[in-house]
Amino acid sequence: MKCCYILVIAMPFILLIGLLIKSSLLFGEKSLTELIFSSEWKPMSGKFGFLPFIISSLWVTFISIIIAAPICLLTAIYLTQYARRVVLKIMQPVIDILAGIPSVIYGVWGIIIIVPFVSKVAGWFNVHSSGYSILAGAVVLAVMIIPFILNILIEVYRTIPIELSEASLSLGATKWETIKKVLTRKAFPGIISSFGLGVSRAFGETIAVLMVVGNVVQIPSGIFQAGYPLPALIANNYGEMLSIPMYDSALMLAALILFIVVTIFNMGSRYIIIHYEKNI
Amino acid sequence: MINGTKINIEDLNLFIGNNHILKDINVQIPEKKLTVILGPSGCGKTTLLKSLNRLTDLYPEVKIQGSIFNGDEDILHPKTEITELRKKMGLLAQTPYPLPMNIYDNITYGLRISGRRKKRFLNKRVEYYLRQVSLWDEVKDRLKDPASALSIGQQQRLCLARGLSVDPDILLADEPTSALDPISSREVEELFVKLKQRYTIVMVTHILRQAKRVADYVIFMYLGEIIEHGSAEQIFEHPKNALTKSYIQGTYS
Repeated sequence: MKCCYILVIAMPFILLIGLLIKSSLLFGEKSLTELIFSSEWKPMSGKFGFLPFIISSLWVTFISIIIAAPICLLTAIYLTQYARRVVLKIMQPVIDILAGIPSVIYGVWGIIIIVPFVSKVAGWFNVHSSGYSILAGAVVLAVMIIPFILNILIEVYRTIPIELSEASLSLGATKWETIKKVLTRKAFPGIISSFGLGVSRAFGETIAVLMVVGNVVQIPSGIFQAGYPLPALIANNYGEMLSIPMYDSALMLAALILFIVVTIFNMGSRYIIIHYEKNI
Repeated sequence: MINGTKINIEDLNLFIGNNHILKDINVQIPEKKLTVILGPSGCGKTTLLKSLNRLTDLYPEVKIQGSIFNGDEDILHPKTEITELRKKMGLLAQTPYPLPMNIYDNITYGLRISGRRKKRFLNKRVEYYLRQVSLWDEVKDRLKDPASALSIGQQQRLCLARGLSVDPDILLADEPTSALDPISSREVEELFVKLKQRYTIVMVTHILRQAKRVADYVIFMYLGEIIEHGSAEQIFEHPKNALTKSYIQGTYS
């Protein structure tokens, strides 16, 4: 039993060390800042600039959380404060089902519905776009992380003691004032960390994004342009051109960046939950 | 009706699901007196208290019938402007629940909601109410600290000050000392005795000795019914009902 436990604990470190060793080849040749801030990606001539991928990842993640956050927050408030208990009871399995759908299905749905729609929307702004774009990726991602964030938020709002509402109401606050000024304040650390966990989820999501985002190596200049996030880079290319040793190492570096960013967001969110909940 | 009635409860019945929690409650609560609702745990004391400012609204499974008059306004009437009405009643819960903000904002919350925003006015009020609950000297140097950093006894006094801040004329207290240590309990109890000259106070308790120390008027409840009510003297010295008598003599088990 203890062995299994140690194995689980050690897993992230083994991963981290593996990635470090594998990507170290690249470090020998170039500095980290050079790799991260260069936008030239020509594996054949040994040029590995990660900037287009990093920027794409940031764009997709950022926009998806912008879309998902208000929807989740308002839904959670509605379900826990206004809706009858039956509604929440019905919604909970629906949310769980949404969370459990394989991401490739979201990808297919994205190609069929979202990509043409984004192309049309781009037309309204007089932008030509195939629809395979940052925005399409972000919308698909938003839909994927909504059930995930929503589940946490419902739990956060539900565990606020009802006495806090009673205190605020008995001071003459309306229900909405109570929700806005007291409950949401109480829930604030939980809200922030649910978004943080959502970000880490979105940042690492691979297949659904890869299917709709276009996969063009460029620094996207707008949301209707194609991008190429880090996970897509790894998934699309790994195993193909490993005859170039540097290429292999570069993909490992992409994985390392991904790993570190996701870990930071994860740990940061948990830290907020643990340390700030008490002080408010 | 007794002279100087503040709250008049008529034919109040309350159900939670199919359980009949409060049965035919008819009672008057006198003005500017401390009324104690006394009775064993689970007899509906807290529910009765929460009906008074309709916090029962928060529990969808509660069904309530009858009338509770504050003056000639029926609190339970669906058209009653409940927000205004709740302002007239300060509430003190069993365990203190400070609002998730600092000490200063806890006191000014109710005032700011009513649209009072002048800094000087708020500062004065904060000091005034914190002095009322003898908390000012303990916290005056750390008004910007989160209220949750206070000891539980201090929190309860802060909650009392918060309740007073909207200038209610009724105070509702639900076993306000049950979570506190003996010293803090004593402090809170003494505050109530001090405040009863200016407020109509309704306090729920199951502690007999506490009731004896503070009550002017007593409502004795058992299993959702009012068994007996009257002046403290009458209830404690000459209880009419056998059940009341056994509770007061401590033979109730």
